[in-house]
Amino acid sequence: MNIGDAGITALFGYAVVFFGLILLMIVVYCMSAFFKSREKAVVPEKSAPVVAEEEKIKEPEKPLPVAPGSAGRIKLFDVPDKEAVMIMAIVADTMKKPLNELHFISIREVK
Amino acid sequence: MDILETLRTLASDSGFAGFFSIDGLKNLIMIFVSFFLLYLGIKRKFEPLLLVGIAFGCLLVNISNFFSDGVSSAEALYHPELWDAFLDENSEFFHSYGHIMSQGGLLDILYIGVKSGLYPSLIFLGVGAMTDFGPLLANPKSLLLGAAAQLGVFLAFFGAVCLGFTGEEAASIGIIGGADGPTAIFLTTRLAPHLLGPIAIAAYSYMALIPMIQPRLMNLLTTEKERKVVMIQNRTVSKTEKIIFPIVVAVFVILLLPSTAPLIGCLMLGNLWKECGVTERLSDTVQNALMNIVTVFLGISVGATTVASRFLTLQTLEIVGLGLIAFCFSTVGGLLVGKLMYKLSGGKINPLIGSAGVSAVPMAARVSQIEGQKANPSNFLLMHAMGPNVAGVIGSAIAAGFLLAVFK
Repeated sequence: MNIGDAGITALFGYAVVFFGLILLMIVVYCMSAFFKSREKAVVPEKSAPVVAEEEKIKEPEKPLPVAPGSAGRIKLFDVPDKEAVMIMAIVADTMKKPLNELHFISIREVK
Repeated sequence: MDILETLRTLASDSGFAGFFSIDGLKNLIMIFVSFFLLYLGIKRKFEPLLLVGIAFGCLLVNISNFFSDGVSSAEALYHPELWDAFLDENSEFFHSYGHIMSQGGLLDILYIGVKSGLYPSLIFLGVGAMTDFGPLLANPKSLLLGAAAQLGVFLAFFGAVCLGFTGEEAASIGIIGGADGPTAIFLTTRLAPHLLGPIAIAAYSYMALIPMIQPRLMNLLTTEKERKVVMIQNRTVSKTEKIIFPIVVAVFVILLLPSTAPLIGCLMLGNLWKECGVTERLSDTVQNALMNIVTVFLGISVGATTVASRFLTLQTLEIVGLGLIAFCFSTVGGLLVGKLMYKLSGGKINPLIGSAGVSAVPMAARVSQIEGQKANPSNFLLMHAMGPNVAGVIGSAIAAGFLLAVFK
């Protein structure tokens, strides 16, 4: 293979990778747009009386069962679930300990 | 019984006598190389799951294989000349696995899984089952970063041709820049199997060195202000989207490039098993048991290809150098498109996530997280960087599929 051919192959190859992933991106955007619109359509379908009835029969919240092997529940203060999970994962990684050997009591955002 | 004759036979048959043969010194050097790789794997924890196996395979093959007139000793665990015959169209043993099975050593038999592309595909099955494509679905623009980070693949390919490598060899060297070990092994076994040893070792070494290579480039190419950008939380992705995604990708990418079928097919099947919710047993098996078994076989059989007489050449040094170039330019490609996205989004995208477009999952994403936190301790880029990171896996498989389609 000569250098000119190699240059063209390299450029064309890089373009093919971009082309493939851009097309995939469009497909993913279409997919997510479809699912978002479906979610929006489902929410208003819930009629008002049903919602009211649901609220009526709402009992005081029972504590959810704890997962097997779990050390209990963690208290989160002004910290979203996702951020809490990330913090726990980072702590476990830094300490080189598996998550199931760590007990987090609470996470509070320092303001 | 002639005791003297017996002692003489034992001495001449021993491996120690092999060190005095023509290539004996090379074997000795490779033995020390294997010790160094073992040190890196065990003490420095550089990709230990694979590197320890590769290093021990390298040790085994070089203490058991002393060439005499280009032929391995009968007790050798790996016989490169059998594989030469396997690849030689004029040989009566061309593509004869039966010949390998009947004449080969233990590592020859294990190597069949590498040569046939079985192990890399099975590794991809496990990788798929361990990967969460949620961050990618939540931010599809990540796919652009995964594409950009394949820059090194094609630059190193071009560089390798300039250095005199054939197109097939250059393609196999370039794919090191994809930072994806199984893909590099898969492509090399198909295009340039004689280069498998140096390419696999370079690919895994650079993947292990990501925390040392990438931060310098990240600091060089981004400003303090860019590194401090805090990205908004991604949307929540529904279960249905996660189930449909692997099916869509498999259909779409394989139709586009059929040569990617073994890698993309296995990656997406593994992911579908993880996400569909009705195949937990299979998902658990491919993530753990199968992945571990294949890793054992893959490591040791790749190590076996580092036979001294073939590994210690100038070509190996060139491959290691080109691999580093490939790796660095892939990181640069991701970072530059990351910077472009930063500008176009009005400063909402942190360009550090671009470097995660090289597919070493999840180490490259972790480096983005660490560097982001160095600039701004309240910054959490991990989930944002996972999008380009998994996009890089798909991107490197597409790059490999393209090179395979061109050169096969």
